[in-house]
Amino acid sequence: MPLKRRQIAWRAAQDLADGAYVNLGIGLPTLVSDFLPPDREIVLQSENGILGVGPAPGANEADPDLINAGKQPVTLVTGGSYVHHTDSFLMIRGGHLDLALLGAFEVSEAGDLANWTTDDPGFPPGVGGAMDLAVGAKEIRVLVEHTTKSGAPRLRRQCQYPLTAARVVKRVYTDLAVIDVTPQGLLVREIVADIDFAELQAKTEAPLLAAPDLKPLVAPAV
Amino acid sequence: MIDKRVRGLAEAVAGIKDGSVVLCAGFGGAGLPDALCEALVEQGARDLTVVANNAGTGRQGLAALLGAGRVRKIVCSFPRSSGSVVFEELYAAGKIELELVPQGIISERMRCAAAGLGGFYSPVSVGTRLAEGKEHRVIDGRPHVLEAPLPGDVALLAADRADRWGNLTYRKSARNFNPTMAMAAKLSIAQVRRIVELGDIDPEQVITPGIFVDRIVQVAF
Repeated sequence: MPLKRRQIAWRAAQDLADGAYVNLGIGLPTLVSDFLPPDREIVLQSENGILGVGPAPGANEADPDLINAGKQPVTLVTGGSYVHHTDSFLMIRGGHLDLALLGAFEVSEAGDLANWTTDDPGFPPGVGGAMDLAVGAKEIRVLVEHTTKSGAPRLRRQCQYPLTAARVVKRVYTDLAVIDVTPQGLLVREIVADIDFAELQAKTEAPLLAAPDLKPLVAPAV
Repeated sequence: MIDKRVRGLAEAVAGIKDGSVVLCAGFGGAGLPDALCEALVEQGARDLTVVANNAGTGRQGLAALLGAGRVRKIVCSFPRSSGSVVFEELYAAGKIELELVPQGIISERMRCAAAGLGGFYSPVSVGTRLAEGKEHRVIDGRPHVLEAPLPGDVALLAADRADRWGNLTYRKSARNFNPTMAMAAKLSIAQVRRIVELGDIDPEQVITPGIFVDRIVQVAF
């Protein structure tokens, strides 16, 4: 069974290291905050000036002055702090974040990232903090559904959409697999049960390599 | 005696000229100078260039300024968001020019202007459409593009507390672009929730020192 969106987020959360400073992109990556392993201290940064983003507030406890990059109400963890935008992006661009988990339209086999515009003329483009994050965090990982709603592959030989940054993505979590971007190409680390490698390849434009210790991709019902 | 308090919103935005570059603070719904934007509609300045992270939501605040046809160009990182109806109508009709700039680059370009610097090299946007036409330079083996300073004629700010010297504090993520914009404009105007006595703000808590602020007006928001 393909993973549900929350399961993709759960899987990505399992790889977060104790003590890591992490930025979560809007959309699917934001769900990762629901699955931080409780035995680790992981500090979430939000581009609008929050270091130490906490869970969503309870009913009637939302503060309009405290929102995340997706403009949703959040809280601040104990030990958290606020900075202004220029300092927030200094953190982002200056290599101070260990990891950014981002969404994508497409990722290429070289790790190119396309996540800011589809060139839809009826849809004004928006870049937000995507380009700063993509070149600034120490590591970029992407959470994305393996194919589009119409079945087109999102893991491409080359991105069809305009790039956000070239050669930055190191790992991709999809609903079907966990895949690393390596100098040799896309290396499948984990694959969900009941599809085989050939079926995964058929849903992927870029050629795939199987890791010698290829594992099943399993996530609890979350 | 220094007293930056003004008597009302009309006085706060008095003298803003046609063709001004207006830095408008806020991110999402936090730290937005809605009352100042609406006062600027009344004031009547036109042919404005607005620098803002988002292009307004609903029909109030910045969206009201856009909707009144006063803005020729917007410099923005993420113009389309939930409720950005006015911007989308203007954009679809070709009635507003959009300069799309990565979020941290907008902020750093303003900081650069505030700091009296002539620009900076950045790796952001290299290899993308947004780097086209910019000067490239390899620094420590990594390609960068030259980014220009972005000064404002006016900054419209929203803060929590102020004193008559113009010292400002903010609340939580409503700080966002306010401190940088306050520093980057010739005329910085803050709407604040509360004006307190000089000395009531702990000096360690001042986020924007009064040297960067020209006018303050207390409004409910």
